[in-house]
Order: sequence, then C-alpha cells, then structure tokens
Amino acid sequence: MTNWWPGRAARALVIAAALAFSTPVFALQPPTAAAQDGFVPVSRAAQQETIPAARLVVIAYGFAWVMLLGYLWSIWSRLGKVERELLAVSRRIDAGERRG
Amino acid sequence: MRKLFLPLTVVAAGMFMMAPFLIDGAPYESTMGLVQKIFYFHVPSAMTMFVSAFVCGISSAVFLFKGRAAADRLAVAAAELTSVFGIIVLVTGPLWARKAWGVWWVWDERITSTFVLWLIFNAYLLLRKYGGAGSERLAAGLAIFGMANVPFVYWSVNVWRTLHPKTTVVPTLQPGMRGPFWFCVTAFLLLYVLAITARAHLEAERARLEEIYLSIEE
Repeated sequence: MTNWWPGRAARALVIAAALAFSTPVFALQPPTAAAQDGFVPVSRAAQQETIPAARLVVIAYGFAWVMLLGYLWSIWSRLGKVERELLAVSRRIDAGERRG
Repeated sequence: MRKLFLPLTVVAAGMFMMAPFLIDGAPYESTMGLVQKIFYFHVPSAMTMFVSAFVCGISSAVFLFKGRAAADRLAVAAAELTSVFGIIVLVTGPLWARKAWGVWWVWDERITSTFVLWLIFNAYLLLRKYGGAGSERLAAGLAIFGMANVPFVYWSVNVWRTLHPKTTVVPTLQPGMRGPFWFCVTAFLLLYVLAITARAHLEAERARLEEIYLSIEE
C-alpha cells in the first residue's frame, strides 16, 4: 500500500504555512462590533475620544433635517407650479369659450 | 385627510422640534457613548423606508392587476419617499459606523442589501422619468421586486455574520431609550403620511393637467 500521507516534517510545514496564511486573513476581518445584540445604558459618555462623536452626531441630525425640509419644500414648490399651470390653462379655455 | 392635513403638520413639526430634547435626555450606550444617539434618527428612517417600499410594492401590484391609476400615483409618491428616507439611512449609518467600527463603510450583508434596495427604487424613479410610454407597468414590476427585497434586508443581520446591530436591539431597549426611540418612530411615520399625501396629490394634479392638455389637442 502506498503511504500518501507526508512525513512529520512535511505535516509541520503544512500546518505552519496554514497558520502563516490564516493570520493575515483574521487580521483583515473587520473589527468586532460593540453592542450587536442589545444596548446597555450608562449615565455618562467617555470623556476622551480619538474620533469626536459630537461632530458626527450633529452632521447626522443636520443632514436628516436638511433632507426632510428640502424634500417638503420641493413638494410644495412643484405643487405650486402645477397649480399655477392648471389655473392658466383653465383661464385660456374659459377665454376661448367666451370668444367662440 | 384634507381637513386633518394642517393640524397633523403642526403636530409633526412639534414632534420633530421636541425630539432632540428627548434624545439628549436619553442615557448613553455603554460601549458607543454619544455616537449611539444617531440611532434615534437612523432606525426610524430605515423603518419608514421599509414601510414606503411596501406601500410602493402593494400599490404597484394593485395598479398592475386592477389597473387603478390612483394606485400608480401612490406608488410613484412612495418610491420617491423610499429614496429620500434611504438617503438619510445611508448617510447617517456611515457617520455612526465611523465612530463605532472605525470605518465609514463595510460591504456587509445589511449595508449592501440596504444600498441595493435604495438603488432599486431609484431605478424605478429613473424608469418613470425616462422610460417613455408603457414604463409605468415595467416600473410597477420592479417595485414588486423591490418590496420583496425588504424582508431580506431586515433578516440579513440575523442570518449572516455582520458588524451591524441585530434585530434584537429594538425589542430589548431599556426604558430610558425606548421612549425617545418610539417617539421618533411616530414622528417619522406621521411625517411620512403627510408627505405621501401631498406627493400623491401632486401626481393627481399633474394627471389632471395632462388630461386638460389632451382634451385641448383633441
């Protein structure tokens, strides 16, 4: 029977190679997320931060407000335009009927 | 609805003005701190986006199978609102992720599928605008598939391994967080009802104008 399984040195080499390749793969995984299953409330936020959270929160809320107000304004503006056009067309039809 | 429109607009405006005070009073999350407060606008926007996708899909199905023009007008309004709330979700999410995960964007299942959902409804709007005659039926078919995508987006965090918080977050919210959160959800849904009513009315007025022009030509 042919012994296809490599010797101890070869096996050690294979395991070492697998570990060497797998380490960078694990390192490339995205960082583990905090609070995935549920949120735990605390009374105070961390005092020292590398990325300022306040700026991100203000931008997020500001963006949402601007988007919503902008969209509502766009509906109001488009509606006004269509209604003015409707009025103008109705007047033209009325004028045409009176002449005809 | 016409009689209720103005009082409801005042209520919605009041709710949106009151929301920042309630959010400010809510407790901080232990691991994420202040940035977690984006949650109070991010998740209600996502919920409204899902509701809007369903409204668009169901109205499109009614239009396709029953041929009702009013359903088609509602579908157009809902598609536009899905896109608007989708932008809010896709912008506020990365702002939260930058602090919580250290990156702006990760191509994980929840984020990618939300982006695809948003693209589908933008494709719907582009098809309606530039598709020419008959595009409303094609777009209606697209909206049904867009709606079918919603459950996959919702469950993606539970099925695949992802960085995004799971669906268990909302049902397990602590009392201090629960109140402001559901207040914001109500405000967003109320605003959605008002916006879709106004947008569908705009579509009805456009249809009326088109009918008048057609009758003049004849």
